[in-house]
Amino acid sequence: MTEANRRLTTAASPAWAFMARKHGGTRADWTDWVTYGYLLLGTAVMLVPVLWVVISSFKSEGNLTQFPPTLWPEAIESLEVKGYNRPLPLFKVTREDGSVVTLAQVRRVGIEAQMVVPEHPEAGLVVVPVERTQAIRKFYIATENYTKLLDSAGGQIWSSIYNSVFIALVATLITLVMNSMAAFALSKYRFAGSNFALLAILATLMVPPTVVLVPIYLIVSELGLVNNLWGVILPVISTPTGVFLLRQYMLTIPDELLEAARMDHASEWRIFWRVVLPLSTPALAVVGIFSIMSRWNEFLLPLIVLNKPEVYTLQIALAGYTDENGIVYGMLLAMTTLTALPLALVFIFLQRYITTGIASTGIK
Amino acid sequence: MGSLTIKNLNKSFGKVEVIRNANLEIEDGEFVVFVGPSGCGKSTLLRLIAGLEEVTSGDIHIDGQSVVRTAAADRGVAMVFQSYALYPHMSVRENLTFGLENIRMKKDEIDRRVDHVAKLLQIDPLLERKPRQLSGGQRQRVAIGRAITRDPKIFLFDEPLSNLDAELRVRMRLEISKLHDHLGNTMIYVTHDQIEAMTMADRIVVLRAGVIEQVGAPLDLYNRPCNKFVAGFIGSPRMNFIQSRIVSLTNTEFGLESGGLGTLTLQREGRDLQVGQEVSFGVRPEHLELVEETLGSWSLTVDVIEQHGSNTYLHCGLPGQHQSGELLLHLPGQSAQRQGDSLFLRPIQEHWHIFDMNEQRVQPEGNLT
Repeated sequence: MTEANRRLTTAASPAWAFMARKHGGTRADWTDWVTYGYLLLGTAVMLVPVLWVVISSFKSEGNLTQFPPTLWPEAIESLEVKGYNRPLPLFKVTREDGSVVTLAQVRRVGIEAQMVVPEHPEAGLVVVPVERTQAIRKFYIATENYTKLLDSAGGQIWSSIYNSVFIALVATLITLVMNSMAAFALSKYRFAGSNFALLAILATLMVPPTVVLVPIYLIVSELGLVNNLWGVILPVISTPTGVFLLRQYMLTIPDELLEAARMDHASEWRIFWRVVLPLSTPALAVVGIFSIMSRWNEFLLPLIVLNKPEVYTLQIALAGYTDENGIVYGMLLAMTTLTALPLALVFIFLQRYITTGIASTGIK
Repeated sequence: MGSLTIKNLNKSFGKVEVIRNANLEIEDGEFVVFVGPSGCGKSTLLRLIAGLEEVTSGDIHIDGQSVVRTAAADRGVAMVFQSYALYPHMSVRENLTFGLENIRMKKDEIDRRVDHVAKLLQIDPLLERKPRQLSGGQRQRVAIGRAITRDPKIFLFDEPLSNLDAELRVRMRLEISKLHDHLGNTMIYVTHDQIEAMTMADRIVVLRAGVIEQVGAPLDLYNRPCNKFVAGFIGSPRMNFIQSRIVSLTNTEFGLESGGLGTLTLQREGRDLQVGQEVSFGVRPEHLELVEETLGSWSLTVDVIEQHGSNTYLHCGLPGQHQSGELLLHLPGQSAQRQGDSLFLRPIQEHWHIFDMNEQRVQPEGNLT
């Protein structure tokens, strides 16, 4: 073992020792096998479809519809042949005598393919039965799914991205302000009916969102907010979970701090902004992240409120994605990947805040 | 100026009466300590003065002005909280300036005050730190500094030293006393520690169950407690109380029979007593003297000896009975007594108290407190 290798192993060993912990001792118990097997299965069930979508979004249209499917994005090798104005795909053809030659396919007619010898196209077409041919494949990443998606349809996708980002950010901002004000009142003021108010807010958790969808639509429509982004932002601006989470966190802020601020001539408003909010940042981060995620993934409400392509969010655009010739799966998958990417990034980079925030608020 | 008057003050939380008919006069520049066991209402009384609790009935005057309808911030008082209540997300400087910014004080006046306070309390190297980077004593200083920057008429301290270790507590006690001498403001200080009360106060207010039991200078309370509670609360270790009965009475003397301890003849000094009266005889551990003679003294056996080096405490019991805690005796210096030794004890003349069955002190004549 070289010095470098040894260092690497020592550095990796605590992490590995943690990952490969065993029940009770150093020997693997049967429960360890079951546990790790279950965990691996769970990981696979959740991760494989996502990976499949991401990988497939880099496959060309032919590759996507090919059977049997390939694991990695592939394309048929092609070659410029004199006399033909596009590159011709290359095939390996088994002759009747068993020898194998490489031919370029000009066109395919039913179960026969017309081919030329790439080096000597002037020799004329050769007709070969399809079952004797085998495409020569190479690893190929079809980035054109993405470039075409972002270029095509007059920048439609860009307006959807803008709509989604606008809704997620603005709604989250207002949600944080509204929820924290409610939480402040419910946690720090003693007033008649405060418990009832909290219960009433929490009770709305029991009403399924689909039940209130129609009434919400009616209100939005009466307010003239159909096909307006505010029609999506306003109806769910305050969330019972957010209020509850923030309230629980604010209960842990000592009252003496507020009293000290009160004696320091701070108005209630100033106490809220300068003392309570800065001290609630862990809980605000959690509520903010949850809000961004749910707003980004929101589907039902935008679907009924936003009916014109220029106000579509990404999710709506994704659901209705077709081009003039029907569904182009490569682009649809590219769009799916793009849509899921921001949330994945949020999770990767803010994971620490999410876990500590949830732990510190004492709720799952 | 910073005088304070409390008139017929009552405070109840729901059905619980926390303060009952409190009356108190505090003069400008006094250092007054509220002391009492936990739950006696001393913190509530302080919070009522601060304006953090609403008065149920009665009145509070600061400098002759009624303040019961005035907001806490406008009463001209500043409070140092038990937990210090420093804003954790602000630097020390911001903690000191927050209140001044809120009243839109001019920037250079704020800077002048912060500089002054920082120098006074020696916290100038800490101004840019966050409270969590400070030690307990430093936080305490910042909390006091925050009160000083506001230049209040009255300082209120709510058990400010209870979160510090013993050594630091003694030092901060001294510093607060010095600060009072330096600033000259009225200070009201709440504690459950009677040593703090004795050492710092100009006057002590003893509270029990929401009632002010006695107000007076520390040594007055020590020498002439008005009732059994104050006698037991002030002084450490606490006073010995012996259930006794008056058995004989002349104009100058009386006989006191104390159960198994026997009978003593003591100076009457004009006390209003009757033969056959049940009383509680109180004498502090430091006010018992060892005597040779068996007559006119109590005979006791040493149960437990506590050697503190500079002092010795003897827990004594009745001879033949292994029941400790009958009587505590304090001897200065180190003692050669051993467990099981027999002792003859006598209360020192004029340093004992008689309490009647209502726990009130029976006053000797010409010594009415």
